[in-house]
Amino acid sequence: MRFIRFLLGSCILYLSVGGISFATATEIQSVQIALIEYEDDPRYKANIIDARYQAQPWGRLEEAVKLAIKESRFAAQKKGLKFDLTRHEVAALNELPSLINELEAQGTYFFLLDLPGEGVQYVASAAQHPSSLFFNLSALDNNLRSEYCHSNLLHIAPSRKMLTDAMAQYLVSKKWKEALVLYSDNEEDKRYLSSLQRSAKKFGLDIVSEKVFKLGNDPRDRYRNNISLLTAKDDYDVVFVADSKGEFAVDIPYSIVKPRPVVGAAGLVADWWHWAWDRNGAPQVNKRFLKKGKRQMTGYDWSAWMAVKVIAEGVLRQDVFDPKNFQPMLLSSEFKVDGAKGYPLTFKPWDQQLRQPIFLTSLNRVINRAPLEGFLHPVNNLDVLGNDQGEGQCKISKEIGKKK
Amino acid sequence: MSKFFKECESGLKATALALSLCVIPQAEASSGYVFVSSEKDDVVTVFNAEGMNKVTEINTSERPRAMKLSLDGSLLYVACGDDDAIDVIDVSTLKVKQSIDIGEDPDRFDISPDEKFLYASNEDDGLVTVYSLEENKKIAEIEVGEEPEGVLVSPDNRLVYVTSEVANMVHVIDIESKEIIENIVVGNRPRRMELTRDLTELWVSNEVGGTITILDTATFTQTAELKFAPKGMRAESISPVGMAMTKDGSRAYVTLGGANHVAVVDTKTHKIIDYILVGKRAWGVSLNSDETRLYVTNGKSDDLAVIDTARLKVIKSVPAGRVPHDVVVDD
Repeated sequence: MRFIRFLLGSCILYLSVGGISFATATEIQSVQIALIEYEDDPRYKANIIDARYQAQPWGRLEEAVKLAIKESRFAAQKKGLKFDLTRHEVAALNELPSLINELEAQGTYFFLLDLPGEGVQYVASAAQHPSSLFFNLSALDNNLRSEYCHSNLLHIAPSRKMLTDAMAQYLVSKKWKEALVLYSDNEEDKRYLSSLQRSAKKFGLDIVSEKVFKLGNDPRDRYRNNISLLTAKDDYDVVFVADSKGEFAVDIPYSIVKPRPVVGAAGLVADWWHWAWDRNGAPQVNKRFLKKGKRQMTGYDWSAWMAVKVIAEGVLRQDVFDPKNFQPMLLSSEFKVDGAKGYPLTFKPWDQQLRQPIFLTSLNRVINRAPLEGFLHPVNNLDVLGNDQGEGQCKISKEIGKKK
Repeated sequence: MSKFFKECESGLKATALALSLCVIPQAEASSGYVFVSSEKDDVVTVFNAEGMNKVTEINTSERPRAMKLSLDGSLLYVACGDDDAIDVIDVSTLKVKQSIDIGEDPDRFDISPDEKFLYASNEDDGLVTVYSLEENKKIAEIEVGEEPEGVLVSPDNRLVYVTSEVANMVHVIDIESKEIIENIVVGNRPRRMELTRDLTELWVSNEVGGTITILDTATFTQTAELKFAPKGMRAESISPVGMAMTKDGSRAYVTLGGANHVAVVDTKTHKIIDYILVGKRAWGVSLNSDETRLYVTNGKSDDLAVIDTARLKVIKSVPAGRVPHDVVVDD
């Protein structure tokens, strides 16, 4: 196991800002936050990162975590705490349980998971300490919010379903109701397709045809790799590319036979953060991130930043830091966080997903923000995105109730 | 006049400095104007308070937002975020006569009661800039939490209160030492502040929290929290920002942002008397001098609502540039 661990000395520096002096440094309690990464994570291959695909990560998430820790210094100070980040990378996903247990033994309660869905599952079930709390930063898989949900697992990144729901809303609102769907036959994209199918049904989008695409130039596979052939026959208002990696989708706009918009993983893309959002204090967040990270902020960075903000807000709202009662507090309806994209953000207690608006984005613009006007929910409008109460197969809310 | 003297009297009890506050603004005749800053047009639109006809537009530096009149009403200060400046408008000529270099992205500001110093929040940097209006230079920068917004100088010229939208706190800065002496935890994304007339309470609007936190200025602790529920509005759209209080201290008006209403609050009982439907994303709010009219800027419907405070109804709505932000009444 390759194991990286270092404390951020800078966090200690922050304690002296703002003209506040502290009696002694020894009185300050350290709250460990562990960022867990996968060394061979395909999402972070250099060529993928450099391509800047829409709604994909554009770099590792450490800078976003550090930014949020810096922003949380006043909250930490107020409670006599400091946040210390440690960063850990595994070479294989099955190394995760032992890493987690080792960190738990060292007194870490908060884990930020930047892992593929499979890794998130490993981790959540490996935990041995009842107060350990895992924040899913980047796995969009619907099943993590349904059959594979876990009582100690909170989702900061939206589910795939929230993203496909947002896009379906938008297409229906524009009356672009006839969609040709292109998808690959890898397992992840099949799940993407099934999420889209459910969203289509929910909002009244008509999928006229579903076609498998395949990256490549083999002429024998031309009906799967040739964009013109894939898009010539059907009649459609819009092409939806269900490509979870973005590599195929990037070529679709302007390459299809008909003059129609392309949406999904290229063209108009549902994303949970965008550097061009200019309301709700977002420009300030983007500027701070750009200064620190030397690149624009993505949804993945937002997740990392937001997870720390959730922890800091929790710390601020407890009289004395109490890991045991931390999670029930986060899940209560009174607990709200500001994500700089409008709406107070809260957790859905039934699958522990952070409620949040979703942006419909082009390369350099936020075109709209879902939930769109006119799509209403009887209780909280944000619940029109993703699993509503009673939907999905997650049965954890009862367990949480008991924990209280 | 009797009301005015009464107010000065109570001010005198609270602090000697408050007396000068009461006297000076009354000394000069008012201009009869209503000023509205519009963020996206880079102008301050001037209306005749009587009739609400547009008089002119004053070109300013980029992105004018918060505004404040000098005590004698001769100068209007306007924070222009994208040009890192506070413009000074000469009210007699309706032209910018000076542009103060105040540091990155000034958001809101306040001026000391003796008008010697201007305190501005620098939204991008997490700083409060202290600027000497006498010497015309920046004299200090004080680090606070990220996205500082509301700035309020206490009438005794001893403290500056600053909200940080990111830290969810009110920082209390001692003017003498220029150090933070207290950090008070408030609600989510605190924006603006208002002191009650008797100076015992500091009201803080929490935009994302959807509440007003009421703090005791003697102990810096929370004594009450106001919640809002205008009819037909979702809890998540209630986002209080602007506040205006009447001179007799009996009533407060709170703009509710995305909930498109103004709440009318009894400041003593903390009861909500009424909700007034205004326009989309109501933020800026100001009363006229005899308090018969309340003016509200609606950032997302690009207009200014004029409310009759006796009937608590909008009597007029006028176009006010792209994204109108703040309103100052000098009638």
